[in-house]
Amino acid sequence: MRWPDRLAGVIGALLLLAVLVPMGLMLWSLLEQGAGVISVDFLLDDPRQAGRAGGIAALLVSTGWILAVCLLVAVPMGLGCALYLSEQVPAGTRRAQWLGGTLDMLAAVPSIVYGLFGYQFFAISLGLGFSLLSGGLALALMVLPLMIRSAEQALRAVPLSYRQAGESLSISRWGWVRRILIPQAAPGIAVGIILSIGRALAETAVLLFTAGYVLRQPDSLLDSGRALSVHIYDLAMNVPGGMPRAAATGLVLVAILIVLNLSVRRLLRPAQGAWQ
Amino acid sequence: MITISSRFHADSLLTWLLRLTGAAAVLVLGGIIAVLLIQSAPFMLEHSLALWRNDWQPGQARYGMAAMIAGSIMVSVLALVIAGPAAVLLAAWLRYFAPLARRPVLALVELMAGIPSVVYGLWGMLVLVPRINQWAPPGASWLAASLVLALMILPLALLVTDTALGQLPGRYLQAGQALSLSRVGMLRRVLLPQAGPAIVSGLVLQFGRALGETMAVLMVAGNVVRWPTSLFDPVRTLTANIALEMAYATGDHRVALFASGLLLLLVTAVLLALSWRLRGERHEMA
Amino acid sequence: MMKLPVVVMALLVLAGCGTREESLVITGSSTIAPLMTELAERYEETTGVQVDVQSGGSGRGISDTCQGLADFGMVSRALKAEEGDLTAHLVGRDGIAMIVNALNPVTRLNDAQIVAIYTGEQQSWSAFGGNDAAINVVHKADGRSTQELFLEHFGLSNDQVTPDMVIGENQQGIKAVASDVNAIGYVSIGTAIYEADAGAPLRLLPLSGVPATLEQVDQGRYPLSRELNLVSQGELSDAASEFLAFITDPAQAGIYHDYYFLPVSR
Repeated sequence: MRWPDRLAGVIGALLLLAVLVPMGLMLWSLLEQGAGVISVDFLLDDPRQAGRAGGIAALLVSTGWILAVCLLVAVPMGLGCALYLSEQVPAGTRRAQWLGGTLDMLAAVPSIVYGLFGYQFFAISLGLGFSLLSGGLALALMVLPLMIRSAEQALRAVPLSYRQAGESLSISRWGWVRRILIPQAAPGIAVGIILSIGRALAETAVLLFTAGYVLRQPDSLLDSGRALSVHIYDLAMNVPGGMPRAAATGLVLVAILIVLNLSVRRLLRPAQGAWQ
Repeated sequence: MITISSRFHADSLLTWLLRLTGAAAVLVLGGIIAVLLIQSAPFMLEHSLALWRNDWQPGQARYGMAAMIAGSIMVSVLALVIAGPAAVLLAAWLRYFAPLARRPVLALVELMAGIPSVVYGLWGMLVLVPRINQWAPPGASWLAASLVLALMILPLALLVTDTALGQLPGRYLQAGQALSLSRVGMLRRVLLPQAGPAIVSGLVLQFGRALGETMAVLMVAGNVVRWPTSLFDPVRTLTANIALEMAYATGDHRVALFASGLLLLLVTAVLLALSWRLRGERHEMA
Repeated sequence: MMKLPVVVMALLVLAGCGTREESLVITGSSTIAPLMTELAERYEETTGVQVDVQSGGSGRGISDTCQGLADFGMVSRALKAEEGDLTAHLVGRDGIAMIVNALNPVTRLNDAQIVAIYTGEQQSWSAFGGNDAAINVVHKADGRSTQELFLEHFGLSNDQVTPDMVIGENQQGIKAVASDVNAIGYVSIGTAIYEADAGAPLRLLPLSGVPATLEQVDQGRYPLSRELNLVSQGELSDAASEFLAFITDPAQAGIYHDYYFLPVSR
């Protein structure tokens, strides 16, 4: 009965190749087109000639601000909601299921719907127009469910014995949360933050409608600013001669995502048991 | 649970704060649906039947979305058909046939999961579409979109399956070995069926994700509004349509796009409910 | 715990409001947007006045200007009769060229043939002396002025066109035709010449016998030429007029040439 196993082994290996080869080709073509453009200057210079020359400094700044707004809103709200869930809503109750379901729903909404909503609500109704603020807020909505879920998981994973110890010492709830629960859950919460950043960075459609197109270094949050992903799209699709820099920006974005990914693994390692 | 002592004001403040933020999540979802509904309500009432025809000519006030709904569904179904079995087989292979390769490959796969869709779309446009074009013009087609989507949903589908297999009790494997089943046999008759619900629910979620993908599809699907009759026909999905036309749409046209956004939201909700059903439990934290 | 980020954000917003000086907002045609972005860059370097350029299509440029959301609208066509309350300031000229792949043996098509191709009457290149292969018709998405002008010139309505591929931006069209021997499409002349010069395998077809070159557009002989306009409503503010004067100054003509558009100045 060895041959089914042998065959399966071979098929698996072939499948692996079928998956890895396109990925490799993809990264290779990015490198081919963009590697010649990447340098320290590329990261420090502002774009010139509508992005065909120069670097991406202004874009890194804009993207950074958009992320900052996104996290400033999503992390406190997400943590607060996760705390509510872990403290007030015991797992398995109806309320837990309903809230969990709502969150799953939010997490599964197609991102373009957040773009539409963000455009209608933040840009138009609230009058923020095309701005880093609109973009950041729309992204915050998008990553909030992810943030809540990750934080909730981390909080619930704190062992019961810690709670019991806190209770026996009559620490106030607030004190316990602040000094024991959150620090203990911190790695897991950090993972949630990093996952949210990753999701936000990869997003293009939402930002097209909210943060806009402007290439300049933004002076304030109400200024419009172009994010990295939007820049890749515009250079590749709208600007003649933009391909090399589009590929280079793509490489920068992938590099950032790799670093984020590695950080997640780093933070997860000590908490192996409670996580996977 | 720690009881609240009325002596500590901070505690009751905290509780109220937590209740508030807890409600915020529900409010956000409600808000999104409300805005979309309010925007599209008058339009939906006026054009309700016309939406289901295959006749999208916004320039002439015709908003039949049928072809695009079909486009969205067909592109995602094919992507799932390609990626689903591949993901399950690969996960099983990694776990039971090549355990040494498992950690590095999973790490690579997690990386793949984080690559922005624009990059996938660019590659598809520059490499995949011309290849398909050599076989069967025009190249930008249902097949191209599904292949790119499959590549995009494979990583997460693989990770979910791996998790599901990992949660199976060890005794299943031991029992199989005791009965000297081949590994293939074990997988086929015991492990996969047991992990089935969790795997399928994960796949359903990935289907939802494929349905919501915008940028990559926009670049490789051809974007022609018509019923796809062959794999090599160009299609337009609802998401690509919104991205393509949103900036240029005014008045009724814009509202039609909102309505299609609402439709997407609804379909996603249905898929989600389906995935819960399959898993049996509504509040799973995998 | 919630208060801190709210306070920080409020401060940031206020800080933002404080630094708003003289600035201009220009939205509209994605064809003009890269050119305008670069002109705005140059203008900011010399005068320090902020100019924000947003894409979104000619229609958007018009509606934003009407609603007062933008100082100028970029419109890559002439204004229509019903848009009469806006003033058009001509800043450049461009045309729309039919492009095919450089490896395609067909070198000319007359209007009737183009209509036949786009309506699906003729499906194979062999009907025009080319290869025996199916024609891949590339068409622009609804709402773009390039598409409107194309349809108008050939007397077609959008539902008569049977495309094989619909594209959103110029570059997508270029890439589609450059990578497909049997494709035909239409894009802005400036973009097409730029890419062809840069090595993309494209051929611009003559229209009604007139070659698709900038000289022909300049001399008014090319049948599908179009105006590149900045439209405004009412009186121009000082900042706006200065900007307009700047970009139509002959000193900036080089930037237009970079994009293969025709500047209005000489």
